[in-house]
Amino acid sequence: MARKESKVGGVQRLKASLQWLIAVAALSSSWQALADWSALNMTRGVTAISREVYDLHMLIFTICVVIGVLVFGVMIWSMLVHRKSLGHKPATFSHSTKLEYAWTIIPIFILIGMAVPATSTLRDMYDASGADIDIEVRGYQWKWQYTYLSDDPNQEVKFISSLLTPPDEYYNRTPKRENYLSDVDNPLVIPINKRVRFLITSNDVIHSWWVPDFAVKKDAIPGFVHEAWAVVEEPGIYRGKCTELCGKDHGFMPIVVKAVEQAEYESWLAMKQQEALQVYETVGKTWTMAELMETGEQVYAQACQSCHQANGQGIPPAFPSLVGQGLAIGPIDAHIDIVVNGKAGSAMQAFAAQLNPAEIAAVVTYERNAWGNNVGDLVQPRAVNALISSKE
Amino acid sequence: MSAVIENHHDDHHHGPDKGLMRWVLTTNHKDIGTLYLWFSFAMFLTGGCMALVIRAELFQPGLQLVVPEFFNQMTTMHGLIMVFGAVMPAFVGLANWLVPMMIGAPDMALPRMNNYSFWILPFAFSMLLSTLFMEGGAPNFGWTFYAPLSTEYAPPSVTFFIFAVHLMGISSIMGSINVVVTILNLRAPGMRLMDMPLFVWTWLITAYLLIAVMPVLAGVVTMMLMDIHFGTAFFSAGGGGDPVLFQHVFWFFGHPEVYIMILPAFGIVSAIIPTFARKKLFGYDSMVYATASIAFLSFIVWAHHMFTVGMPIAGELYFMYATMLIAVPTGVKVFNWAATMWQGSMTFETPMLFAVAFVILFTIGGLSGLMLSIVPADFQYHDTYFVVAHFHYVLVPGSIFSIMAAAYYWLPKWTGNMYDETLGKTHFWLSFVGVNVTFFPQHFIGLAGMPRRYPDYALQFADWNMVSSVGAFIFGFSQLLFLFIVIKCIMGGKKATDEVWDGAEGLEWTIASPAPYHTFSTPPELPERSMA
Amino acid sequence: MAQTDQNVQTRTTLKLVGVVLGMFVFGFALVPLYDIYCQVTGANGKTASAYVVPEDGIAVDSDRWVTVQFLTNNNASMPWSFRPEVRSMKVRPGEMNQTTFYASNPAGYTMTAQAIPSVAPFHAAEYMHKTECFCFEQQVLATGEAIDMPLRFIIDPYLPESVQTLTLSYTLFDITDMTASAAAE
Repeated sequence: MARKESKVGGVQRLKASLQWLIAVAALSSSWQALADWSALNMTRGVTAISREVYDLHMLIFTICVVIGVLVFGVMIWSMLVHRKSLGHKPATFSHSTKLEYAWTIIPIFILIGMAVPATSTLRDMYDASGADIDIEVRGYQWKWQYTYLSDDPNQEVKFISSLLTPPDEYYNRTPKRENYLSDVDNPLVIPINKRVRFLITSNDVIHSWWVPDFAVKKDAIPGFVHEAWAVVEEPGIYRGKCTELCGKDHGFMPIVVKAVEQAEYESWLAMKQQEALQVYETVGKTWTMAELMETGEQVYAQACQSCHQANGQGIPPAFPSLVGQGLAIGPIDAHIDIVVNGKAGSAMQAFAAQLNPAEIAAVVTYERNAWGNNVGDLVQPRAVNALISSKE
Repeated sequence: MSAVIENHHDDHHHGPDKGLMRWVLTTNHKDIGTLYLWFSFAMFLTGGCMALVIRAELFQPGLQLVVPEFFNQMTTMHGLIMVFGAVMPAFVGLANWLVPMMIGAPDMALPRMNNYSFWILPFAFSMLLSTLFMEGGAPNFGWTFYAPLSTEYAPPSVTFFIFAVHLMGISSIMGSINVVVTILNLRAPGMRLMDMPLFVWTWLITAYLLIAVMPVLAGVVTMMLMDIHFGTAFFSAGGGGDPVLFQHVFWFFGHPEVYIMILPAFGIVSAIIPTFARKKLFGYDSMVYATASIAFLSFIVWAHHMFTVGMPIAGELYFMYATMLIAVPTGVKVFNWAATMWQGSMTFETPMLFAVAFVILFTIGGLSGLMLSIVPADFQYHDTYFVVAHFHYVLVPGSIFSIMAAAYYWLPKWTGNMYDETLGKTHFWLSFVGVNVTFFPQHFIGLAGMPRRYPDYALQFADWNMVSSVGAFIFGFSQLLFLFIVIKCIMGGKKATDEVWDGAEGLEWTIASPAPYHTFSTPPELPERSMA
Repeated sequence: MAQTDQNVQTRTTLKLVGVVLGMFVFGFALVPLYDIYCQVTGANGKTASAYVVPEDGIAVDSDRWVTVQFLTNNNASMPWSFRPEVRSMKVRPGEMNQTTFYASNPAGYTMTAQAIPSVAPFHAAEYMHKTECFCFEQQVLATGEAIDMPLRFIIDPYLPESVQTLTLSYTLFDITDMTASAAAE
């Protein structure tokens, strides 16, 4: 009696499982559309390579889902039907050489089927030749520096790209705006449909430069340079992340790449070259205290705050306090020197590589007069410039 | 009246010594197994608390609870404690309890070294945990501690981290030597290698892996120590070294390490499923060869953790093919478990629930591992939450579930009492739901672009992070129920028979429950058919 | 009987101690061994040490131009000025080429630097032959001192056709402390 009922139940369960299978199959046949659920799946991206990678990902994923459904289906069926409570008696078989061969050999063929397109895509990715533009990407704790390489030193553009989101937002004091933690002050600008070669390295620890929309991810290793490349086919703003633990602000050094038409790229580049020239020229003029403090506060926020904190108190012992102690209220030459040249054996970098003389003069002035330090003196950009060039 | 005082130590015929010193000085494999298991449970809860700090912070975007420096300490310590303090000692504890009984041996081959192997661990972990209170904080460079973040840029506590790793390594190496010597020399007469229960086989192979790679870990941390304190430049380009050398040496240890953390689980599940399906393990010989193949392959795939480091294409292709190959013997094992269940006569007591969940959820983790092995796709997965999802699937509903399954399965043998079946099933379902709610969404956020080891994230990742955090708290608090169940079982319960489970095979079910302090002081007569 | 057991034990112990010492030495040997491995395979873009031109010279491939690009950087808090004379040069494989790199020390004390080279793409590294390079030695500069450091190199004619641009990057590391402690010993 009990057995008959369970047979009927079994058939009903079979019907239900079939309905499930059909639903899953229908869903998976529309996997192209999955690309739009941005919080669920990888992006298709905007390069030929990124699309190849996406297609490869979906192929492997589908194969894995099919394998999973088959294997789990068998197991779940077994759990429903081969139960002691339904009176099922255990069989006595415990081996089958034929089956062992089958389920060893068939998976090998499936794997070969996966390896072939994977190999082909990888070979495409490894050919970085014939680049139109070379950009050095240098990871710092905790920002990126981009240098557009050029044979003419006057045409070389170099700048730092740091997180734009202010601490007030990530410490929950003000509401989080769009592109929270994904925006920078100076994005990387590149032209579409041109082969851009990235030369990736690091200043300190290992970082990793990743732009999902390009399917480019390469570790930035101190002392070594690695190349990657992309040909972006659609204009737009593409956001990436640092993907190798690099210290406390690993999560706070995003990447933003703006891909634009060639004409727009050229005018942007010309503007940046002009800016570099202008910055050089502002070194000549005499700055007022107010101008130095205003610029200094901005420079401090971008370049110094992450370690020495907004209130100047730092995080001792690694990041000393600048408030009422040390060089910030001490001899001004030593103060300028440590900002320009850094301090060997510590995390204090040589900021002459990242800040121009006007910025250095401004930030030193700011540190000496902010937070109640009120030393009262100030530094002119030309003095910093003289210091730097006299040593050259 | 004799001048000689007769010392008749009848005590040992009546059970173990009383008092604390029993535990300090014991050379009994059952006692030492118990010590390892309780130690691992304590570490599991400690590492679990760290996980909850992480998930609490990640519940919402923004920094609410901890600063990034401390967050990095939590992720690092969580990884170290779980890998070296929870999973590995638990498996060693199970080996200690079960291997001698399963092969009909009176104890491990080297009982005093066994005691020493255990007692190193509390010291090692006290040292490691004490770094949380040192100036500069605990290690904050990830459990994979890449140089130069872990050398030139590390907090002062890195030196204590290195010493703790040395100590743990010594414990593992000694323990493994013990396991190998025991299994090769102390089997009951007539028990051939191919007659041993699969759990013994998987531990034999795991022990060889440990002996091979723990010294490599010791080597890499010693090189770190030299770089930090003695002016060498193994991992610093400035001195002619290479940070990538660190990664090669670390992962040469690291990859076999993850197989060390799963092979004993395979053995446990291969013991439990046949019992509750009332059907012999399908394809015993195949299972042994598959385990050995997995172990061999595990040595030659390490650089699949380093696909983005800039290796030459030939290297990347080789490691991709070798890694994909591991899917074959692993698949063979999964199919064999399914074939064991097929046409069985199954009941679903708690051990079986955990064992079946292991097979299904570990396979999901294995499939995401297959996806990760495909290099071009890995460029998009590497160092994102997709990887975090993968390894947590194979470690939590993988290794941890197998340890829980083992606990439920063998507790009646160890204590003489049945655990509370209703509570056990409750613990299972809470854990099953918790584990999936925690880790399945991490596949999504990883694919969508969230990197790992981030204390804060962009807004598009918020929803799934919240879901994942809720799951983590469900899973975490369910483990308190497990603690309650274990203690309750030890204190009393329905009396267990010798055989405990209908369909259980193996020498451990031929002795009394609870197992006497000394078992198989004389070797057993083996039954006609093989143990498999 | 007991005598033989003792001998066996002693021999085994000695062998095991030997293995331990050997492995310890091997750990140190790994650095030059890895270097040799990288030089032979060109892995990680490491270039070999000084190249000696073969006696019968090298054939120049006059049909082909290769662009060699120079990158210069300071590591961490290294404060020196460091730049290449030219950003890039077009060369023919087989030809001897020469360029210089300018470096100066603005710090208030004498410093020692080590330039570390790296080539991208790394499979081109084994085809970049340097006959003279400032990266072969440590550079010591007194405060305010500046120098022009030479580099002489030949691109091997067997450089794969697919490589049209070869980037040679130098990173300057401050090894003042490292050399000071070595000197103090």
